[in-house]
Amino acid sequence: MDTPDSGGMTPLGRKTAETGINFTSTTRFSRGLTFIRTHTLFGQSPTRRIIPQTSLLQENVDPQKIAFLLRKQWTLYSVTPMYKFSYGNLKEYSRLLSAFVAAEKQKGLAVEVGNDLGIKVTLSTLLGLKGTDQDQVAVLVQIASRSQLPFENAENKVVWSGWFCCISGDDLLESVPEDFTCLSLFLANGAESYTAIVGSWFQKTFDCYFSRLTISPLNLAWMAAMWTGCKVDSHMAATELVFSVPCIPQSLDISYAIHSEDAKALWDTVQKTPGEVTQEEVNLFMDCLYSHFHRHFKIHLSATRLVKVSTSIASAHCDGNIKILHSKHLIGVLTLLTELAISQIQ
Amino acid sequence: MSLVRPFDKLPTLNSAAILLVGTDESQQQQLAEAILKEKKNFKINIHVATSLPLPAERDHIRPRIDLIAFMINMQSKHSLRNVEASLSHMDANFFLGKVCFLITGVGRMNHCSVEMNAVRKLGNLYCSPVLFCELDSEGIRVATAQRLLRMLQICAGHMPGVSALFFSSLMKSSIDE
Repeated sequence: MDTPDSGGMTPLGRKTAETGINFTSTTRFSRGLTFIRTHTLFGQSPTRRIIPQTSLLQENVDPQKIAFLLRKQWTLYSVTPMYKFSYGNLKEYSRLLSAFVAAEKQKGLAVEVGNDLGIKVTLSTLLGLKGTDQDQVAVLVQIASRSQLPFENAENKVVWSGWFCCISGDDLLESVPEDFTCLSLFLANGAESYTAIVGSWFQKTFDCYFSRLTISPLNLAWMAAMWTGCKVDSHMAATELVFSVPCIPQSLDISYAIHSEDAKALWDTVQKTPGEVTQEEVNLFMDCLYSHFHRHFKIHLSATRLVKVSTSIASAHCDGNIKILHSKHLIGVLTLLTELAISQIQ
Repeated sequence: MSLVRPFDKLPTLNSAAILLVGTDESQQQQLAEAILKEKKNFKINIHVATSLPLPAERDHIRPRIDLIAFMINMQSKHSLRNVEASLSHMDANFFLGKVCFLITGVGRMNHCSVEMNAVRKLGNLYCSPVLFCELDSEGIRVATAQRLLRMLQICAGHMPGVSALFFSSLMKSSIDE
């Protein structure tokens, strides 16, 4: 709008231009922590995201360990930086954590002295899960229990696993002081009780804080758009979006499934620059899907809430559950989740 | 199809009219009731619509609209699109302080489908105040009703020396300092 001539409106005219500059400069979060704190207003999501081209191709990657991470339902947590965590003491930490888990599990139970619950915790590093060289090495925590029966072989069965990682988080965490290790994303699979025990041990030992990472419908829409655009060589599962309609007495769930070739074709017409996704493109993509649905069913999906996105690459639920299906896009998915975790901490 | 115009009708003595535009009818009802409960010394007409343009048939009985409040629910992108479509059916003279945006639903960040940038851009583009209110909560609804009533008094010209054009000072944000 043109600025009117009256004196009261001229400052507004100037402010509009400044606000325009503000929007583009906050996209590439390349400043330190303090800058983010003053300028990240609640709910502000970046207007542009770069799709990372890095993949896992590093020499010391253990394909078995990476395969272990795929095709499992992980619950997401965001972790504040840990104080005085050292990679050299992983064995020591395993020992302490085993004792802690055993003690917690035995609380309130009358157990004979000397009875071994058979719980063993191992902490190990996951090499290769890095976006840039400044990223901290990912750490895997596993709880294995030995079977109690004497006849069976004393095999350790993994009952719970969790891993910490931080992919390409250095942009956002530049000004973190020396003794702190930033492993901002924590993924857990297994019983909730074990997650609580391990979480409380880490919180007590390293003075950090775990909080559940929930994904807003806005970010789910970003994921739907970014993951539809990724090329998958093997069998492509259908892209499915689940919407929740707030209804009394029970909420209604609408599931909208699209052939992945069609979804990819639509995304290819929307995306202008390969390797980069903007907010307008995501909005346009979702609006196309909504208007198609409206034309057939006369339901405005834009008035509902997106709760789950499943594509051939990964599936994400708004409660903070994720399942990654392809190792090629593991780093890309983790980069986005790290960004969400870090913005939640801040 | 009638274009809503701010100055094409004569004002009625000691009364003012406000128009609430939004997709959520129950929220509009609740806000209207809260406004009516407030103590005031002039007659108030509250008109409620889901979208503009208003139907042409009742145009002659409609009083002059002094303030239009657009209600946007952050949890529903549909409400934003509806408001954007309605904004094109208004006379430009309305944007001299007689329009405001009421944004609800920001409290639950995890349920937001509309990005904050879009709402801020809307406020800047149309030079109108953007008020964030959680209309689900009783206290905030009463406070919003009081604010709207005060704005309505100014827009209807009941306050000598204060004009609707002063609302642009409401839009200075401390973040941009």
